[in-house]
Amino acid sequence: MENLKAKAFSLRKNVLDMIYGAKTGHIGGDFSVMEILVSLYMKEMNISPENQNDPDRDYFVMSKGHSVEAYYSVLAAKGFFPIEEVIEKFSRFRSKYIGHPNNKLPGIEMNSGSLGHGLPVCVGIAKACRMDNRPSRVYTVMGDGELAEGSVWEGVMAASHYQLDNLCVTVDRNRLQISGSTEDVMHHENLKARFEAFGWHVISVDGNDIDALCAAYDEAKTVKGCPTAVIANTIKGCGVSFMENQAGWHHKVPDQAQYEQAVKELTEKEEAARNE
Amino acid sequence: MNKIPNRQAICEVLNEAAKTDKNIVVLCSDSRGSASLAPFAEAHPDQFVEVGIAEQNLVSISAGMAKAGKRPFAASPACFLSTRSYEQAKVDVAYSNTNVKLIGISGGISYGALGMSHHSAQDFAAMCAIPNMRVYVPSDRHQTKKLMEELVKDEKPAYIRVGRNPVEDIYDEDDTPFEMDRATVLCEGTDAAIIACGEMVRPAKEAAEILKQQGISASVLDMYCLKPLDKESIIRMANAAKVVVSVEEHAPFGGLGSMVSQVVGENCPKKVATMALPDAPVITGTSMEVFNYYGLNAEGIAGKVMELLS
Ligand SMILES: Cc1ncc(C[n+]2csc(CCOP(=O)(O)OP(=O)(O)O)c2C)c(N)n1
Repeated sequence: MENLKAKAFSLRKNVLDMIYGAKTGHIGGDFSVMEILVSLYMKEMNISPENQNDPDRDYFVMSKGHSVEAYYSVLAAKGFFPIEEVIEKFSRFRSKYIGHPNNKLPGIEMNSGSLGHGLPVCVGIAKACRMDNRPSRVYTVMGDGELAEGSVWEGVMAASHYQLDNLCVTVDRNRLQISGSTEDVMHHENLKARFEAFGWHVISVDGNDIDALCAAYDEAKTVKGCPTAVIANTIKGCGVSFMENQAGWHHKVPDQAQYEQAVKELTEKEEAARNE
Repeated sequence: MNKIPNRQAICEVLNEAAKTDKNIVVLCSDSRGSASLAPFAEAHPDQFVEVGIAEQNLVSISAGMAKAGKRPFAASPACFLSTRSYEQAKVDVAYSNTNVKLIGISGGISYGALGMSHHSAQDFAAMCAIPNMRVYVPSDRHQTKKLMEELVKDEKPAYIRVGRNPVEDIYDEDDTPFEMDRATVLCEGTDAAIIACGEMVRPAKEAAEILKQQGISASVLDMYCLKPLDKESIIRMANAAKVVVSVEEHAPFGGLGSMVSQVVGENCPKKVATMALPDAPVITGTSMEVFNYYGLNAEGIAGKVMELLS
């Protein structure tokens, strides 16, 4: 089997190339969410270029749409479009690879960018799949800052009301948003208990650990009668020492020296993972 | 080249006003950096409220604070503030008549390559359609300052839209003509009347210069006050000219062009052309690339005027 841990580091380099080339992007959240996307797309979800029009496929919505660079790099690795083209055209004049997910591109179900939409949309997808007795599972990833949107909790309520056990939400719990710590901006203490109070099954894991994530998604598949939330405790900027846990790297663009240093660190981590 | 964006001019006025008026409060939704309001949050921590990424909450909380005697300025990207919080703006601010000023930052297509979720090409239409909501779109930093100095004093709801990037000055720092709710006349002309707002005022002014070289005389009106719209100036300019062209960074429906057409059609019918963004997601690019692509630049405006006159 492919070494997914190494893959997550090599895909980060594609993210870096997109952002360094276009001089725009949201690198911190890209790097925190990478293992989540790799686990889902490379192991857990039944989604591929071959079955993208099969109504029985699994569904994924990127609720934290600003992490589009990580999303593009994983979709490209999955074969939906060529990575070279993404890196060359990302955010450029007249490009279809814009700075948020757009469903004119293959592999992308829903447009996003405005936070707090993904979960309620997934409630709709999951409910419809239930009505038609489809085997599809429905996934979305939200940021923890995003949880301040009221629409998130309206979706949380409806998902448990309709007992949508085909729905699995991941919170990229990196504890940072643009203005600093999520706990200073608008805190989410006892996040697990909050979801549980709404009737959800909740699994809290190390969100940059692919084994732990896959175990959580496997467990979610066995849960009956309620939706599952995976609280993925991640590190914003994960993989590059000077970006890790720094709010400023939410959407900073690396200069040449930083770019080179980042490539070096990611390559080292990729190789270490390969030799593990 | 001016380096100060209009949003920073807003922060400067609020910063000053908050020193003497302790009822002035600024509310942000994880938007203090993009709104250039971080200096305000630092200078006046007791007059700053952060609500997190929750634009609906932002507007309702502001309305509540206004009810209890505060003078709230709620700042968030125009795309979210004008559509995500639309009902809160309609019911809690305009309908309940609370003294809330909604500051829509990075308006229009300021966010360029971030796509339609981040563009606010509907905010003029949405906000102007609400009774008791005033709508202002200042062109440069000096006009923004003058406008804000009025707004910190008054007691009524308003929506203000500014862009993200610094724009070239239209006016001189110590000689900025400004009258509340009256458009500013940049020049008078007898062939065409060009009516623009916000970032489009600059290319409108340059278009008049290009036209002048062609022997065409155009007036330019800076319609920073979309609502209440300065109808009198529109009628006067339109009456003096043969054709009217409106220019705005907005969808082609329900914005400046629609309102100008309405006024001209009712009062002094003549040919009106509306220059605006398309009724489609705009192409990917920086604001300049997008403006140029759709002809929302000096050459495009001058060309449109010549086309109408020919
Ligand atoms: C409705 C809405 N409001 C504001 C924004 C602007 N915005 C983009 S990213 C971001 C911070 C997101 O923080 P978080 O959800 O924690 O994501 P992460 O840290 O994983 O990047 C904000 C406020 C947005 N995209 N949508």
